[in-house]
Amino acid sequence: MSEPAPTPAPANPAPLTDAERDELRRHGILLTSLQEIYNWGRSRSIWPLNFGLACCAIEMIAASMARFDISRFGSEVFRPSPRQADLLIVSGTVTKKMAPQVIRLWNQMPEPKYCIAMGACAISGGPFKQGYNVLKGIDRFIPVDIYIPGCPPRPEALLNGLVQLQAKIQGQPIAGPDAPRHLRDDINCDCPVPEFGAHDLEPSQNPTVWQPPAPLVRTEKA
Amino acid sequence: METVEQLRDRLLARFPGAALTVVTNPSPSAQHSLVIGHAQAVEIATFLRDDPALRLDQCSNVTGVDWPDKEVTETTKVTVPDPAGGPAKVVAQTSKRLEPGYLEVVYHLYSISLRHGPVILRLRTGNRTDQVSVPSLTPVWRSCEFQEREVYDLYGVQFTGHPDLRRILMWDGFQDHPMRRDYVEPDDYQWEPTPHGEVMAKAKQHYPAAPAAPAAKEGGAA
Repeated sequence: MSEPAPTPAPANPAPLTDAERDELRRHGILLTSLQEIYNWGRSRSIWPLNFGLACCAIEMIAASMARFDISRFGSEVFRPSPRQADLLIVSGTVTKKMAPQVIRLWNQMPEPKYCIAMGACAISGGPFKQGYNVLKGIDRFIPVDIYIPGCPPRPEALLNGLVQLQAKIQGQPIAGPDAPRHLRDDINCDCPVPEFGAHDLEPSQNPTVWQPPAPLVRTEKA
Repeated sequence: METVEQLRDRLLARFPGAALTVVTNPSPSAQHSLVIGHAQAVEIATFLRDDPALRLDQCSNVTGVDWPDKEVTETTKVTVPDPAGGPAKVVAQTSKRLEPGYLEVVYHLYSISLRHGPVILRLRTGNRTDQVSVPSLTPVWRSCEFQEREVYDLYGVQFTGHPDLRRILMWDGFQDHPMRRDYVEPDDYQWEPTPHGEVMAKAKQHYPAAPAAPAAKEGGAA
């Protein structure tokens, strides 16, 4: 039998596509890229901050216990210090008196860090939106990655939010203009802590992370 | 337990000249209350606590009420004699007068040892602006302390004789009293998904004016 002449290796091989890599993986050959293993590592060990604000915190605690078992997703290590945590779960109503402390905790967390707004109050103020003393959403001051609606959301919803966050992390490129903020030099990650003013927090929002939504146009009933 | 009228008569016998007014409650609960003047309020409260027939040893609730200025229209019928000598005419005359508003503090008293109550006391301020002090009953019932601080925080009633009169819910630099009827909360929510009533009127300030509707169509659902 005559063997076919070996083709010379191309000088600059085309990078493997994801499909080819999956095919090799099926045959027991593990190839990876730096980006993939970096994102795999940081998405599978998200350590939340041990921090609860209101009734949503009860659901967060339930999610961390044996029945719902957040450790299946690698996030069972609730850290008591913000300096050891990756994930801030804003679980509950943020009053204006509490908001500076939440933002201070966020600033104390090292990058890479993520924020989940859990429940209607953390997203928008929820049932207290028209009141005077509740922040109308924590995203007015800190960047939020995942919003989990509900009042309160069930533990399954929190777990789904965590899985969504993992998927978001895995899709992030580690270089280029779409890289997350901790890999870039041109973004200032510090969130200014608002002061207690005479009538409201000052400033009442952080314009670099939040702008008012486009006004909703309503047609008047004739 | 004796009725409020009996209690008032007994208090008048014990404290001659004390300002005591019974406010009847026409609702089925029939919880009539007693407005007491500032001068002898602490003595009367101490008497109510220590009297062997009453022993009102628990103050379960301290509430603030804001009564704004209101315009009262009164209609009186006046008999006008007919100058021509005929029968006298009855003419209705309406007069308007401004009833000044005041702030009110309501105390609900119970007796744990004798198992009766409530006896309801009211203290009224002179007006809503500069004469807003009432005597504190914290020296008589220790449980009043935090609740009087709350009334001070939310209504602006100054309690003379309170050991530690500070704000309890809002921050120290806050200048308003949010539960007053004329309080205007900060305008910090931009739109509502289903506004109606007062919220609709408030939200309309953020909606574009009607002629600008075509330009705003890009912004979202009409």
